[in-house]
Amino acid sequence: MSAHISASPFDPWQAIASHQQDSALANKFGATATFIGSMRDFNDNADVSKMVLEHYPEMTQHFLNKLEQQAIQRWDLLDCLIIHRVGEINPADPIVLIACWSAHRRATLDACNWLIEELKHNAPFWKKETRQDGERWVAENTNGL
Amino acid sequence: MSIQVKFFASLREQIGISDTEIESAATAGHAWDMATQNAARPTNTLVAINLEYAQFEDKINDGDEVAFFPPVTGG
Repeated sequence: MSAHISASPFDPWQAIASHQQDSALANKFGATATFIGSMRDFNDNADVSKMVLEHYPEMTQHFLNKLEQQAIQRWDLLDCLIIHRVGEINPADPIVLIACWSAHRRATLDACNWLIEELKHNAPFWKKETRQDGERWVAENTNGL
Repeated sequence: MSIQVKFFASLREQIGISDTEIESAATAGHAWDMATQNAARPTNTLVAINLEYAQFEDKINDGDEVAFFPPVTGG
């Protein structure tokens, strides 16, 4: 179980493979559920060329650690991984990875869904977009639909 | 002893302060008033005390860290 805040680009697929390979419980995994969020080059019908993600380092790390602990307590998970970018981000760059491992599919799917929704609604990160007409803070996340 | 007050994202830019110290405050809302010299507080402002979400009415103790920020937009 680990949560990382990364100031540099990361490869989510490599991170999933590495984490699973290094896990002492790998032989017990029967199901893996993942969510990967990437940067779009548009938002609210405007082109977005760049984004800066700000965070509150101590609280953000504390919050992500707590989320993982809650997920492990609530579902029958064997392992869990969260990686979230901060700093300057370009279109198509991965922003967030959530991966959950369990013996069976339902726990991984439900925990992964819960983790991304909790993270989106409550984790202290803030996006500032660069558009043709200048920079602007994103006021709120989309509803995900 | 003192209280550390931090501002993030759009609030930091509006207030013009990243972090500051105040001598004391009874509540988180009072800490806002002291740190911003009674600036108007946007209605959607969120507050954390010692890295945990809190309410503006919550009491502050010496040595606490209070942070103010807008709605979050990560993920």
